[in-house]
Amino acid sequence: MSRAEPLEAVRTPSPLWTFGLLRSELLTTFRRWRTLALLGVLAAVPVLVGIAVRIETDDGGSLGGGGGGGGAGPAFISQISNNGLFLVFTALAATLPFFLPMAVGVVAGDAVAGEASAGTLRYLLVAPAGRTRLLLTKYATVIAFCLAATLVVAVSALAVGALLFPVGDLTTISGTRITYAEGLGRALLIALVVAASLVGVAALGLFVSTLTGSGIAAMATTVGLLITVQILDQIPQLDALQPYFFSHYWLSFADLMREPVYWDDLVRNLGLQALYAAVFGSAAWARFTAKDITA
Amino acid sequence: MGEPSAVEPDRASGEGAEDAVIATRALTKRYRGGQLAVDGLDLVVPAGSVFGFLGPNGSGKTTTIRMLMGLIEPTSGSARVLGRPVPRAARAVLPRVGALIEGPALYGFLSGRDNLLRYDAADPTADPRTRRDRVAAALDRVGLGAAAGKKAKAYSLGMKQRLGLAAALLQPRRLLVLDEPTNGLDPQGMREIRALVRELASDGTTVFLSSHLLDEIEQVCTHAAVMAQGRLIAQGAVADLAAGARGRLVVTTPDAGEAARVLKERGAGDVVAAEDRVTAEPPDGDLADLNAALVTAGVRVRGFSVERASLEDAFVALTGEGFDVAG
Repeated sequence: MSRAEPLEAVRTPSPLWTFGLLRSELLTTFRRWRTLALLGVLAAVPVLVGIAVRIETDDGGSLGGGGGGGGAGPAFISQISNNGLFLVFTALAATLPFFLPMAVGVVAGDAVAGEASAGTLRYLLVAPAGRTRLLLTKYATVIAFCLAATLVVAVSALAVGALLFPVGDLTTISGTRITYAEGLGRALLIALVVAASLVGVAALGLFVSTLTGSGIAAMATTVGLLITVQILDQIPQLDALQPYFFSHYWLSFADLMREPVYWDDLVRNLGLQALYAAVFGSAAWARFTAKDITA
Repeated sequence: MGEPSAVEPDRASGEGAEDAVIATRALTKRYRGGQLAVDGLDLVVPAGSVFGFLGPNGSGKTTTIRMLMGLIEPTSGSARVLGRPVPRAARAVLPRVGALIEGPALYGFLSGRDNLLRYDAADPTADPRTRRDRVAAALDRVGLGAAAGKKAKAYSLGMKQRLGLAAALLQPRRLLVLDEPTNGLDPQGMREIRALVRELASDGTTVFLSSHLLDEIEQVCTHAAVMAQGRLIAQGAVADLAAGARGRLVVTTPDAGEAARVLKERGAGDVVAAEDRVTAEPPDGDLADLNAALVTAGVRVRGFSVERASLEDAFVALTGEGFDVAG
């Protein structure tokens, strides 16, 4: 009886429809001023680092060995004045601990909660976009933002590096020489690994986003969690837990500059990100598909 | 009179019970925290009707609408929209339903046109090839054609309301759910919306209209339901509802005291005398005799009439209170 079609033939959705929704989601996200401002800040970081290094090294010689590294972990920064390509690695190392995940946290935290507080979520759902599909689209868009943000940093650094410093063959961490072309390949690979490192934060942010009806609250919570985890990762007494922090293996991307590449931590990092994506992705789905939309 | 027969027969009707576009059975929603928002609702919206959904704020209208649209899971009871259960079959039902729920919601940084393109992209049954044309047609229909390229945050409240309506009209719909559609509109805009509702209804679209403006409901609706404190107090054809409340006799005269005395003597109930006006429940019998009695008693009668019962009278009779909605 319920099988009897009481509705006249509605146009059957094309299987490609989901991509139409994804396209709309991408356009909407990347046309927000906030998204563009975040990308602008990220693009500015390599410019600042590049200019600072140029000024420091203008009177001859390279940077003093010790202080240069700072939060950037590997000592890429001391190499910039010899080869502009190292600005890419330095800029990614400088933005990965905070700027990049913060930007991702803002976009992911706002993804569902922002639409809920604007009220647009209810209209998307009665359209009907479908809750699972909408959530998947949102997650895909946040991942796209991870990639875009990382590439903005890398491309900006590449341009600034080429402009301010000499470029050419470079020396890996292991001391071997590789050509500039191969160096560019490594840089691209590193950018992809950095983008993949943000997948866990993206899932966490999306989950937080399904918990609240306030975009600001979701963004603040996600960024707060990020800072908390970064601090806990510095406390030696917690070293049993630290391998499970999403940020623990982030700087392993430097291992791609070894010859041969040292894969262990890179693989651990990617595995951990996949775990976070699975756990918090499922939690977000469970929450979002069962939620009463009252906003 | 209020039967939906004026509209072309519902071609989709399968079995007899599917005549209703919306049918709920003991639909109940209790929010976490124990607050009972909707309590055992049995609502029937006939196909082809313009259905007015009345009630003060907080009476459960919006919660009901959200349950019908699959946004909220009912605590108990069931609801069918276009003959299919919601929220289970929401994906099949909702493309045939246009909705304006609790006012419009827009992306302020997008133009009016881009807002509609986005909402249309979220509809799996919408054909992307005709999307631009349908969006343009919907904008023209609500009178926003000229402002289509403007950012939505620059829209006035009335324009936002129109854009929300346009979103509900992106596709041909069998049911339109309009929650307070004339909010923020000037009288001219209200008239346009009423005309639009009538036009849509004459095409066979069922319109479910919630409003706190009683005369608005009375002007456009064929059927109505009244809610108070989560319960359905009454539903039916507007004419039948209004007939439930009797009209009042109004006598205009400078001799109000004397007139009131005569009316009471003749069996009129609930006599209220003001300066030059006396109103009362008309007694049984020929009103011409009553008028003659007034004149004989020396009352200078300047006006003698029976005011038709309005929906507001019906509402007062049903709820024992005025329809004085805050906000």
